[in-house]
Amino acid sequence: MSSTAKEERRGLVDRLKDIDRRIIFIFIAAAVVIPLLRPIGMPLKSSPPSRALYQEIDNLPRGSVVLMAFDYDPATDVELGPMSLAILKHCFLKGHKVVGLALWAQGAGLARASFSEAARGFSVEYGVDYVNLGFKPGGLVVIDSLGKSFDRSFPKDIDGRPIEELPLMRNIKTYADIDFVLGLSAGDPGLPFWIMIAQGRYGKKVGGGCTAVSAPMLYPYFPNQLVGLLGGMKGAAEYELLMDAKGAATKGMDAQSIAHAAIVLFVLIGNVFFFVSRGREKRGGAQI
Amino acid sequence: MRREIPLIITFVCGLAMIAQFFIPHSPFGGVKDYFQQSYMIIAAFAMLLGIGNLTKLHVGKISEKRPQWGYSVVLLAGLLGMTIPGLFIGGIKEGTIFDFLFKNAFVPMSSTMFALLAFFVASASYRAFRARTVDAALLLIAGFVVMLGRAPIGDYLTWFMPEGWQMSDYANWIMEIPNTAGQRAIMMGAALGVVATSLRVIVGIERSYLGGE
Repeated sequence: MSSTAKEERRGLVDRLKDIDRRIIFIFIAAAVVIPLLRPIGMPLKSSPPSRALYQEIDNLPRGSVVLMAFDYDPATDVELGPMSLAILKHCFLKGHKVVGLALWAQGAGLARASFSEAARGFSVEYGVDYVNLGFKPGGLVVIDSLGKSFDRSFPKDIDGRPIEELPLMRNIKTYADIDFVLGLSAGDPGLPFWIMIAQGRYGKKVGGGCTAVSAPMLYPYFPNQLVGLLGGMKGAAEYELLMDAKGAATKGMDAQSIAHAAIVLFVLIGNVFFFVSRGREKRGGAQI
Repeated sequence: MRREIPLIITFVCGLAMIAQFFIPHSPFGGVKDYFQQSYMIIAAFAMLLGIGNLTKLHVGKISEKRPQWGYSVVLLAGLLGMTIPGLFIGGIKEGTIFDFLFKNAFVPMSSTMFALLAFFVASASYRAFRARTVDAALLLIAGFVVMLGRAPIGDYLTWFMPEGWQMSDYANWIMEIPNTAGQRAIMMGAALGVVATSLRVIVGIERSYLGGE
């Protein structure tokens, strides 16, 4: 090969190695948008932690009380919102009562939206079948205080109604009146604290959902301290699959698949250029 | 005394909280309840303090016309735009202005900011995720398997493999076995670190939380 051709190849490798990031952005945008517009319909399979959570809620006796914590904010609503919807619908379908609360300020508003949407199509009534206690700052301390008394930590619901006026809350005083604790968590305070206190100290069964990025951190608790876990949008889609009700998460699976594949492809290409470049440097060094 | 009094308070409170864990009866049980209520009240006031501090900082930035002060105007407009309707115009109930802004402005903008991460992750991994060593190569392979296996495309690409040997099964194995082992080691180490640091704070060896030198 002539020296000019070698120089040209070297220039191309260097250019591709330092490719303008906007080109990568365009590929990622296309990888997300195209599958959303034209779904591929890739088959989905549920994982053991998702199945375990589904089974746990499915096997609770009718009328059981589920305490559901909305410990996330709008940034992670795309992952945790579909989970909350699917689980709430499952609870309503099975006739369970749901008590919602939030340790994150914005979680209370998101809980309200999820309750409203999930309640559509079910003959459930606020205050009787479900309540939203709103937000309380304090994280771990709030979780622990519920073991003593619900009404001391949450004397009013999200709209300022005293909880003794809500029929559902008249029989719920402490964790002893709760059948299952479910935490939807995007960070701290979140699911690890519910496991530590509600499960560890008060012996309640705890399950939950989390963002995909925090799922590895929660796997060590499964299945003994955490009866089931939904990880990220895939976890939400798995729950929808188990419910046999396709929702937002299932619709997003193709986009997530192609985006993941695009990132893997970029990493592979980046490594190819890295090895070409390193091999060339070694050869250049040997010549010197 | 400026340092001694906080140290004494910390020591007494720390010992009381340890005692209540092992003796959950009166008077220690009551001490715990009192501290819990106090903590929740202080946490609520800490939020107010944070809002006050944020406002003061950005008002100062605007009044001194420091670089990029325009962003501070947007921040304060957002703060007031949510706070005033929430406090004075209908509250935070469903169907109020606050609720409308929360659902139609705050939620989509917040999700958009988070979604931008995907672009930066793709760009950064293209440039930085290199198989320079055997360890890095193993991490890279595990990353590929989990990324593809934790999305339907993994099984789509390994459709020819028998049930139980597809990409999602490998991803689940990585999450349940090597990941769990590593995470447990980290968690145990961190827990021991928390115990050691807490003891240092209680007995007054660690004083950085007091500020100053």
